[in-house]
Amino acid sequence: MTKKAPYIVPIGPIHPALKEPVHIELTVVGEEVISAEFTPGQTHRGIEWMGLSRNPVQIIHLTDRICGICGVTHSLAFARAVEQIADIAVPERADYIRTIIAEFERIQSHLLWAGVAAHELGFDTLFYLTWRVREEVMDVIECITGNRVSYDIIQIGGVRRDIAEVCTEQIRKCLDNYKGLFGKLKELFLEDTVINSRCKGIGILSFEDAMAYSTVGPTARASGCIADLRVDYPYAAYGDLNLKPIVPTVYGHDVNGDTYDRIVVRIFEIAQSIEIIEECLTNLPTGPILWEEKVAKILAACKKTEGEAVGRHEAPRGECLHYVAMDKADAPIAWKVKASSYSNLHVWPLILKGAQLADIPIIVASIDPCISCTDRVAVTDVGAGKTKIFTKEELTKMSYEKTRRMQK
Amino acid sequence: MKLTTSFNRSLWVFHFNSGSCNGCDIEIVASLTPRYDPERFGVKLVGSPRHADVLLVTGPVTNQMVDRLQRIYAQMPEPKIVMVVGTCAQSGGVFSTSYNLAGPVDQIISVDVYVPGCAPRPEAIIQGVVTAIAKFERLHGSAKQ
Ligand code: SF4
Repeated sequence: MTKKAPYIVPIGPIHPALKEPVHIELTVVGEEVISAEFTPGQTHRGIEWMGLSRNPVQIIHLTDRICGICGVTHSLAFARAVEQIADIAVPERADYIRTIIAEFERIQSHLLWAGVAAHELGFDTLFYLTWRVREEVMDVIECITGNRVSYDIIQIGGVRRDIAEVCTEQIRKCLDNYKGLFGKLKELFLEDTVINSRCKGIGILSFEDAMAYSTVGPTARASGCIADLRVDYPYAAYGDLNLKPIVPTVYGHDVNGDTYDRIVVRIFEIAQSIEIIEECLTNLPTGPILWEEKVAKILAACKKTEGEAVGRHEAPRGECLHYVAMDKADAPIAWKVKASSYSNLHVWPLILKGAQLADIPIIVASIDPCISCTDRVAVTDVGAGKTKIFTKEELTKMSYEKTRRMQK
Repeated sequence: MKLTTSFNRSLWVFHFNSGSCNGCDIEIVASLTPRYDPERFGVKLVGSPRHADVLLVTGPVTNQMVDRLQRIYAQMPEPKIVMVVGTCAQSGGVFSTSYNLAGPVDQIISVDVYVPGCAPRPEAIIQGVVTAIAKFERLHGSAKQ
């Protein structure tokens, strides 16, 4: 056996953080990853199948629970598909409220991710800081929807709750606060020397690969793909807004497609969301918030229709797509969900290749906060048949040690 | 409530996701952050079940996770407490009709504390941990006799 015999490193599948737990297998030589493979599917709950025996209003509750981080994403995409089939016109005010909630979700999700990324780099102070800042937007979400996660605010044909006067005040206060904080967040995440040295040039995804692998959302934009559903195919209130997809050039540097660029895109998207919410709040039209208040009537309308449609929404992690087909029955006859991470996970093998073991946590997290893949890692010495189990802590420790080395 | 002698300031929690939607998992992390900060009482998440006093389970337990849940439970030292967070971990919740569920959790391992809600607030989760401490105290008391 030569010294350079490759090791197989299985990561996961106990995976406490994400909707799509995966099992990754890395082949490493020394510290360097030479190839990576993954198998998702451990938390398959058969949601689409369950949906086929429920009516659209019941499914809305189910869609909210596909993913807890993107509470509004799936229900919005699903509702839009059903509305297209049944020809339901959503009132303007509901469209604006949907937009406001969707953007709050983006802020919440990006802050969550930023905190996790900082944690993966061993920068726990920043992790706690971002999560403390995040609590404020959680309060606003709770004020508007009545719950911190799983909002259940979307209804076929509108939204379930109006934005009350007290909320408007709280929203404005929160936005003002965030505007003041943005400069600090930018400085902490983008100018810090450690973050710079740990993230620049790491986990590079080229423009060509990003296109070839059909990546979506911030992952694609960080590689220079100018694609954003909110701009390309406007829906809800996005058509009334003047939006531009955020690419790393906003920070005045070239597109590298590395981990650092993914941070840049997400941080600037927080600022963009703040602007969107402000604009929506100022121009919030008056009027009803539902196409029809009586659930029985909504269901009757859904039952009468037939046809198929695709509902899409630009989630915090990229495009989320729901395909629905109805055929004059209570339940849809087909329902297919494609979550945004599904498109992005496929680039892991690509961007993990050539990376160092200590960089795995941050590269894995840079696509999606999928940190807990690193829960337990077993390094198998193929030649000798020995197995060494790495716990998540050991991996994280390796990451921390690298940070310390770089500080010197 | 008076503090236990053996567990005050050191209740360690291991978090296990058995196929949840993530909602409860985020709230668990949120309850560890500065606004609530249970770490000042010694309550913290640990990365290994072998270090943990409390097993915190979220999710309705998919077929693939049954074996892992049992193994993790077996790896924890006695005395141990199992706490389930979220409606779907207690009854299957919205997922109860799924073909891929082996749960809910109490069908697989014995459960001591239930925290209902979809998802429960961080305050509720912390309340659950306090209940777990009380149970440890009782266990400790009966062990002495
Ligand atoms: S209880 Fe609700 S929020 Fe919690 S994991 Fe289950 S479905 Fe998600």
